[in-house]
Amino acid sequence: MAVRPTARRGDRIYRGVAAAAGIGIALVAVGVGVSLVASSWPSIEKFGLSFLVTDRWSPVTEQFGALSSVYGTLVSTVIALVIAVPFSLVIALFLVELAPPWLAKPVGAAIELLAAVPSIIYGMWGLFVFAPFMAEHVQPALKNSLGFLPLFEGPPMGIGMLTAGIILSLMVLPFITAVMRDVFTMVPPIVKEASYGMGSTTWETTRKVTVRYGFSGLIGAVFLGLGRAVGETMAVTFVIGNSHDISVSLNAAGNSIASTLANEFTEASEPMYLSALVELGLVLFLITVLIQVGAQVWIGRTVKRAGGGL
Amino acid sequence: MNRSVPTILAMALLAALTLSACGESTPPQAKLDEPKAAGDEAGDTAAAAEARKGVMLNGAGATFPYPIYAKWADAYNKVTGLKLNYQSIGSGGGIAQIKAKTVDFGASDAPLTAEELDEAGLVQFPLVMGGVVPVVSIDGVSAGQLRLDPEALADIFLGKIKKWNDTKIQERNPDVKLPDTEISVVHRADGSGTTWILTNYLDKVSPDWHEKVGTGKAVEWPIGIGGKGNEGVAAYVQRVNGSIGYVEFAYALQNGMAHVQLQNKDGNFVAPTIESFTAAAESAGWKSAPGFYMVLTDQPGAGSWPITGASFILIYKEQADPALAKQMLEFFDWCFAHGAPMAKELQYVPMPDAVAELVRGMWRTRIASPAGSPVWQ
Amino acid sequence: MRRRPNTGRKAQDLVVKAISAAAALLGIFFLGWILFEVGKRGLGAFDAAFFTSLPAPPGSEGGGLANAILGTLIITAIATVIGVPLGIMSGVYLAEVARGTKRAAAVRFIVNAMMGLPSIIIGLFVYTLLVLPFGRFSGFAGAVALAIIMLPVVARTADDMLSLVPNSLREAALALGAPRWRVTFSIVFRAAKAGLVTGVLLAIARVSGETAPLLFTALNSVYWPTSLMEPMGNLTVTIFNYAMSPYADWQRAAWGASLLIMAAVLGTTVLARVVFKEKKR
Repeated sequence: MAVRPTARRGDRIYRGVAAAAGIGIALVAVGVGVSLVASSWPSIEKFGLSFLVTDRWSPVTEQFGALSSVYGTLVSTVIALVIAVPFSLVIALFLVELAPPWLAKPVGAAIELLAAVPSIIYGMWGLFVFAPFMAEHVQPALKNSLGFLPLFEGPPMGIGMLTAGIILSLMVLPFITAVMRDVFTMVPPIVKEASYGMGSTTWETTRKVTVRYGFSGLIGAVFLGLGRAVGETMAVTFVIGNSHDISVSLNAAGNSIASTLANEFTEASEPMYLSALVELGLVLFLITVLIQVGAQVWIGRTVKRAGGGL
Repeated sequence: MNRSVPTILAMALLAALTLSACGESTPPQAKLDEPKAAGDEAGDTAAAAEARKGVMLNGAGATFPYPIYAKWADAYNKVTGLKLNYQSIGSGGGIAQIKAKTVDFGASDAPLTAEELDEAGLVQFPLVMGGVVPVVSIDGVSAGQLRLDPEALADIFLGKIKKWNDTKIQERNPDVKLPDTEISVVHRADGSGTTWILTNYLDKVSPDWHEKVGTGKAVEWPIGIGGKGNEGVAAYVQRVNGSIGYVEFAYALQNGMAHVQLQNKDGNFVAPTIESFTAAAESAGWKSAPGFYMVLTDQPGAGSWPITGASFILIYKEQADPALAKQMLEFFDWCFAHGAPMAKELQYVPMPDAVAELVRGMWRTRIASPAGSPVWQ
Repeated sequence: MRRRPNTGRKAQDLVVKAISAAAALLGIFFLGWILFEVGKRGLGAFDAAFFTSLPAPPGSEGGGLANAILGTLIITAIATVIGVPLGIMSGVYLAEVARGTKRAAAVRFIVNAMMGLPSIIIGLFVYTLLVLPFGRFSGFAGAVALAIIMLPVVARTADDMLSLVPNSLREAALALGAPRWRVTFSIVFRAAKAGLVTGVLLAIARVSGETAPLLFTALNSVYWPTSLMEPMGNLTVTIFNYAMSPYADWQRAAWGASLLIMAAVLGTTVLARVVFKEKKR
């Protein structure tokens, strides 16, 4: 079958533009990475690997260590995802399979609206409204029931790791839900109907067919949320308490890489201080890369990408 | 596929963008371009007014003086038509941006040393002052009731005094019933000039603090949680019983917080007021400060507030555009001469006239065009 | 078929359905709570001056955020124009053009890594690239910073959505003699339309609340935007400045501006879905 010459040229342009875009993004990311390394070089030189395991943050004596920030980032992100991912899954399920169209549209729009709330508003709402709520109702309840666990020690101030994690989960929920909803929608009806035709319940179809089919897309949704949670600054810094100590308790104050970076960057003028802050950003970049590598190793071998592939 | 609607939208968007990118949007407020006629305060001539049209000065830096700079810029604009855009990106940002020459002037809450100034080719001068106020939230203690001496304040922030009814505090407050509550320290999470001023003071009065922590816009706080901005500190303090924090004076007033009386260098307990801040400024030896490097903490004077600070402007010694530089200095001159009432309204302390004169003298002698002719006469 | 296994499965199904509904309800509850609080504090800021006047210093009457509103519109629009086509074409690259190749895997990996970058780092990068060399802050640099933040969101979503389109559609189109680009743009895009739009909307929602990157690129301004190469006023930095101030009128304006952003994003979402709606056949 002969393809028209204009079509072939069109295809060449098409491929060229797509390649340019794909390579272009990669170049931008590499550019950011390179400039990160360049700016953190003085700090890398001075502290080496100890930067990752030291728990000191003293701008005055220029002793810096990222440990408490890394810990805070990881813990708050884990809390956020542990809450948000299951919620997103069932909400997406609700929107696609359960709710009648007249309900699904406004509910879907409402969930998406959570994404439109500026992050500083999450911070301020968190500080002025949610933290008092946590201090008065949630934290004491947790302390009374589970207080024997070191996880819930400490005075209930309303702020801290748990509060930050919950607010982060609210922020990432709309992203994960919206993408999961679209993934569910894109599963061909014929596949689902085949499952229903065999007598499966809605939940069974979802679990065994829809999720499997769209697994890669669902993971993409989680990564979208992860990306948001890990890099969030404003909302976290308002409610996490900004302490450079490490504590097991979820009620305790902590800090995250992004919040420390955002808090201190604009006022830092000494070169080593600035360099250490940028190195924090580099560490965050590396953490995201590592999580990705881990996820890909775990999933990549077993799941073929469904649907596309020509 | 119905392409028409998205296509139309795309064209409309492109059109709007092209217009905005190429055009000057005409400001709807004509008064921006019309300076007041004869009798206005800046002593305008028609030619000078013409020269100011369309000029926008950019400044960036310290967050502390942001409201008053905004107010002065707005008032000056109404009087002369000169546009001044000041953005609070932080003292560090201000220093970085003036060094990078992306702004016309920088602003910093912490002064640069004479060496740092020379190295960068900058000069600095103080433009406005304010006070940092420790605030507390203790059951049964009202505003201005609690008295703290310097060692007690330092020891609280060091974590050495853990409860409010500790003898070191109680002995200074014989008629106040202090509860047996733990002290919760609240400090700033973000780097700030306010922290710099407070830690500078603690550094001066407490050898322990000097050894363990030091002075900085961000420090390694021995204990406590960090609130984001003055707002964050105020919020934490207000909600946690038994807490102590520190905020700029305006925040303490606006939020109706319980301030503390401090013992100054002369041994008197003073309350934070415009008068006590001004007292600290007036006793300071500005004349002998190289490059106006003057920190107003722990100043002598019967009524001086011990944690006062000035905010500084940074500009280049050598001004490539002398006409623009003159307009910039005229603005600052106007702030010195006419800005005092507005400053007081917003709880800032204007520079005393004597200091303003010293600053003008510095302009005359230090700021010049590349050819060497002074910008300010 | 025996009854008991069915009852167990049915019960499980019912429980999950109930949990789903409850979860959706909880999500809406939080939204309502936030909306209520923001509305309570911000609605009072909406007056004619808010939408038409320039900012006034604290304590002065009649101030508004008109220039910031216009600036945010301009910056977001330009960021969208830069970021969305680039992001979608990258998604096309990953899902269609270079599908399965090692190069695509590498690019996909990098795109995912980009998603976790704190926005302040991207702001710094653009500052080094577009502000320092030119010696000035500019609205254009701000738009570029936002575009870079949008890129991985759009690209990853596009990649995922395009990949979900069944191959049978592509095969049918190719069998009819359509060139690859036609297959992608006319067939695959249409099948994945809703998902692509979601990706774009999420990206816009994401950047509409960003402060840090604009701080280092567009800075902010209290005057009308006159050129893309000057500092440009924008809502998010203004919100940040005002919210952290001790003045009640400024704080109210900050809440009001936040309400405005939420309303604008909602409006954009609704509009986009209406415009790009699947026509029922």
